[in-house]
Amino acid sequence: MNFDFSADQKALRDQARKFLAEHASSVRVRRILDTDEPYDRELWRGVAEMGWTGTAVPETYGGAGFGYLELCVIAEELGRSVAPIPFSSTVYLAAEALLLAGSEAQKRKWLPRIASGEAIGCLALAEGAGAPAPRAVKTRVTAGRVSGTKAPVADGDVADVAVVAARADGGDLSLFLADLSGPGVARTTLSTVDPTRSHARLAFDGVAAEPLGAAGAGAALLERLLDRAAVLVAFEQVGGAQAALDMAREYAIGRFAFGRPIASFQAIKHKLVDMYVGVELARSNAYHAAWALSTDAAELPVAAATARVSATEAYFHAAKENIQTHGGMGFTWEFDCHLHYRRAKLTGLGLGSARRWKDLLITRLEARAG
Amino acid sequence: MDFSDTPEEAGFRNEARAFLEAHAEPKRGAFETWQSRYPDREGLERAKDFQRKRAEAGLAGLHWPKAYGGREAPAIFQVILAQEEARYLVPRGYFEIGLGMCMPTLFAYGTEEQRRRYAPPALRGDEVWCQLFSEPGAGSDLAGLRTRAVRDGDHWVVNGQKIWTSGAHWADLAILVTRSDPKAAKHKGLTFFFLSMKSPGIETRRIKQISGQSHFNEVYLTDVRIPDSQRLGAVGQGWGVAITTLMNERLTSGELRGPDFEELFALARTVDLEDGPALANAAVRERLADYYVRTQGVRWSRYRTMTALSRGDTPGPENSLGKLVNAAKAQDMASFALDLLDMGGMVTDKDFAPMRAAFQEALLSSPGSRIAAGTDEILRNIIAERVLGLPQDIRVDREAPFDELPTSRR
Repeated sequence: MNFDFSADQKALRDQARKFLAEHASSVRVRRILDTDEPYDRELWRGVAEMGWTGTAVPETYGGAGFGYLELCVIAEELGRSVAPIPFSSTVYLAAEALLLAGSEAQKRKWLPRIASGEAIGCLALAEGAGAPAPRAVKTRVTAGRVSGTKAPVADGDVADVAVVAARADGGDLSLFLADLSGPGVARTTLSTVDPTRSHARLAFDGVAAEPLGAAGAGAALLERLLDRAAVLVAFEQVGGAQAALDMAREYAIGRFAFGRPIASFQAIKHKLVDMYVGVELARSNAYHAAWALSTDAAELPVAAATARVSATEAYFHAAKENIQTHGGMGFTWEFDCHLHYRRAKLTGLGLGSARRWKDLLITRLEARAG
Repeated sequence: MDFSDTPEEAGFRNEARAFLEAHAEPKRGAFETWQSRYPDREGLERAKDFQRKRAEAGLAGLHWPKAYGGREAPAIFQVILAQEEARYLVPRGYFEIGLGMCMPTLFAYGTEEQRRRYAPPALRGDEVWCQLFSEPGAGSDLAGLRTRAVRDGDHWVVNGQKIWTSGAHWADLAILVTRSDPKAAKHKGLTFFFLSMKSPGIETRRIKQISGQSHFNEVYLTDVRIPDSQRLGAVGQGWGVAITTLMNERLTSGELRGPDFEELFALARTVDLEDGPALANAAVRERLADYYVRTQGVRWSRYRTMTALSRGDTPGPENSLGKLVNAAKAQDMASFALDLLDMGGMVTDKDFAPMRAAFQEALLSSPGSRIAAGTDEILRNIIAERVLGLPQDIRVDREAPFDELPTSRR
């Protein structure tokens, strides 16, 4: 029985934590929070130099050729530091979409640029409020040209390439790859609950787009893509939840009221334990999903949905109770509590709400039970 | 990451399987227990018979020292044995306290002669032990106990009442913690003994629980005489001895038995609500997903613990997490299952209620699970202090003489 990361993977985690403590400190995160800068370019360069953007990209396409367990380890640390970079859209979504469905030419064109940090990618799926079900997708592709409006698109304002969910000539949902440097792309920045991660509205007006994967395979591909990304984002969420718990713990021990540390009151102790329980359950579910992702196990769809729901709820719970533990200072701009509160909600929506993933989880359990 | 056994673990798993195939019967249903097939006295006698075979096969006292018949096996072996036993009808609730808590205390504090006298019959199930700890006024706050021990030459005379004693009605021997000095501070006036449950002056009464079952007893001690040679640890040092016993409880306290997610899911597939099968209802699906996520979280947490044990770590306070989550979840799920059955949910008749009333039984047994072996609140305190390193609550009962502390209203 070895349900844990290896010594090498733990060494990678320590290295990542050290790097991010220096290069993604809250001072750096706040630079993005407080300005119009879409992301921390210096950190993005550093992360690329460390090779993280190509962690799970095969060496033939310029990546490091590690496995998904290594990428999970890095994701947890990025989540812990609330890193303000387009990592998840580029690495978990664009690169994974290419690996899942890309032609050899598409992979050769984009994966080396993604692995080196030169290209930023994004997934253009949602078209406004409400669940992005296949029937809600109005964007069309006619004669290799995509038209329609996608919003919100994470990192859509800075991405070089987009994976676009659209209908070709009124058919079933398909995926397309669009080079965003071409003509016909109008990008508008959208403000969100978490300004440390940039989002945009992408209006496509006859933009050249190549099919990514088979025609009509969009819904199935999206499901597989979102499952894989859900596992990686779950690690970011677990890292963030742990950081929020650690903040609350430190503050409660140091904050005195009524002549004693507030951490000695059971109302606070039990609150912190409930945060801890949520984080531990989420971490364990994420570990199982990581195993399923790294071995391409048949359990992946159920494991990914479980990890997604568990981590989304644990992170939001830890983030909101961290503010509560901090009292008045907790809801000031000055304290860092809101960085996690914002990121918790953002990550909980980015790949679809927990409500929808719960329904999906039960659908998958029904299918498994036959 | 890899879920397979090490060669050593696989060898032990095969050994356990071979023993169970030869000596144990499969369960007739998921919830069948030894006690449900074999009532009271017959259950005990058959359990002792099975325990003797277990001991002869080298599958009892796995973590005990070899000198006393144990195997000095890593903690992971206990987990593997429990996994293999899960499919079989094996006795539970007879020997765990003796082997897991009483004997380790005797190993730590008894004389060599005592260890050699008591270990073999405990291992073989010939002598069953119980633990006389809790009292009506000392449950979560065990150190508040008031059973008095007064020295009388080379004996002690004990008077008082214990409660929540599992198996006291069939136990041959017991460990006992008493108050020997009420003038000393609360934790400093305790003294620890072991004694025969056949000693004159011991009276045992069964407690009927809301589930209708009787797992526990009240034990009244009236002028019970215990030789000083059966004292464990120094006079006034009983709290330290009791902590040794309770640390071993982590190894002993098992998983909850009863319907879990799979059963609730099966129920939701079969029962009809106003708009079709319960499983098609959005509110039902959301609740089921919550239970599944918690169930799996505890399951994979256990695998993480097993990994630590497999490396040779000792079980730590983080193991409180599983019981904390599961007990509350069991109660919640039972109530929800009955809601799905609507008006029919109230019926406990086994021929009427689905799954032979497993959820109705869980409704009535789960409150006890949230209290026995550490209440939800005490478990949260343990995790807060021992895992998260938070400070203890401010105590008002540390220094004052015990007999000057305020007590509950009578």
